[in-house]
Amino acid sequence: MGALLAATLLSLLVLPLGALALSTSIDDLTAGAAHPLFGPALALSLRTTLLSLAFTLLTGTPLAWWLARSTSRAARLTELLVDLPIVVPPAVIGVALLQTFGRRGVLGPPLESLGVTIPFTEVAVLLAQVVVAAPFYVQAAANAFRKVDPDTLIVARSLGASAPTAFLRVAVPIALPGLVAGASLAWARALGEFGATLLFAGNMPGRTQTMPLAIFAALEADVRLAVVFALVLAAMGGALLLALRLAPALWRRRRGAA
Amino acid sequence: MRARAGDFTLDVALEGDARPLALVGPNGSGKTTLLRVLAGAVRPEAAEIEVDGVVLHSTARGVEVPIEQRRVGYVPQGYGLFPHLSVLDNVAFGLSTGARRVDRRARRGRAAAVLERLGVGGLARRTPGGLSGGEQQRVALARALVIEPALLLLDEPLAALDATARRAIRGFLAEHLRAFGRPCVIVTHDVRDVAALDLQVCVLEGGRVMQRGDLNALRAAPATDFVAEFVGLAPPI
Repeated sequence: MGALLAATLLSLLVLPLGALALSTSIDDLTAGAAHPLFGPALALSLRTTLLSLAFTLLTGTPLAWWLARSTSRAARLTELLVDLPIVVPPAVIGVALLQTFGRRGVLGPPLESLGVTIPFTEVAVLLAQVVVAAPFYVQAAANAFRKVDPDTLIVARSLGASAPTAFLRVAVPIALPGLVAGASLAWARALGEFGATLLFAGNMPGRTQTMPLAIFAALEADVRLAVVFALVLAAMGGALLLALRLAPALWRRRRGAA
Repeated sequence: MRARAGDFTLDVALEGDARPLALVGPNGSGKTTLLRVLAGAVRPEAAEIEVDGVVLHSTARGVEVPIEQRRVGYVPQGYGLFPHLSVLDNVAFGLSTGARRVDRRARRGRAAAVLERLGVGGLARRTPGGLSGGEQQRVALARALVIEPALLLLDEPLAALDATARRAIRGFLAEHLRAFGRPCVIVTHDVRDVAALDLQVCVLEGGRVMQRGDLNALRAAPATDFVAEFVGLAPPI
């Protein structure tokens, strides 16, 4: 009985992706790759997700470090706030971003006086990705940093390392597997981001149309095109998963040989 | 010195010469905190710390030498080895950063020499994860000694070891502490350590020094129930 239940779920997880792969042909693939929507959407997706990932790493790492080290009430409250975007639906985040950066939003008037427009631009795509994806990284990074024995840092300092050196040469390498896993998760989440982007950045080909939005647009015109776009996104996710699974083993082998 | 950690207050005056000092006391008496204050990892409320004529911390004179400039060899209770580095690179770490930095070849050579001297030269290529407790303790001591510290701090160096390893490491420490010849503070729970390592004893209870002296003095006139129990006399009922 249990096996049947498990098999039901498993087929539900695998079947759609298999069907996706089976429902296309080489001709469709080449035609899809040549389609005018494809190139710009893929480039925009790669550019914005890498930028939002860089921003997330830069700002999320110190935040995660503080969350892991501090025992204060403020840290626990902050942890809760950081988790909030994970449980809030992306559409809600899209509306919330509009209410923040939109013309009539909280930051609208000061931004307008500076001549800065954010909604429906590439910056909006980026912001939406950061808000929905960064919590996954911060959560994973904080958990990884918690496993770093504080004594190793005290020892590193006593051996002559400054605080930043001890962090970079002791804490980060020890936490690295967790940091990489968190960063990958955040990147994958940003790559798939749809709802908040659609509401806050729109769906303008060549400007704010990322791959998921291009699939949405293609579906209205030609299902085969949507299938090709979807396959490319699925392949990127699959490659990431494979890399994540293989990386630790390769790492250990390299370290074992060193 | 005076230090505060949470609602715990440490109020201590310590003096010692080259003869190693044992810090004993019940759990929560402030032993580890005291070591960390000496190391510079915990900031005391007020303190005058001087080692070998060098002022490390002086509230009166407004001196506060940061931990990385103190030349303190600190071996924490769990040894605090860097799990991502080989034994050799663990020991060479202290020569790879800050004021003592030397080039890679020189620091690896010196690290290997210290490991050899402590009888664990064969472990150089291993990673800490695969070492026994006794081996980890020797490597941690090698790592602390490579910077030629002015002060050595050992937090319960024998607590995590089984009886056989404990005897071996006790003999090992006795030999190398004598050779070290500089101030050393050892936190311990075991009166046999005090006897074997010929330590001066400082008894800490509730953040205060209750008694100090050598083992004979403590035996002759234990100041508290804890001291009586520590030196092996039945506590007065």
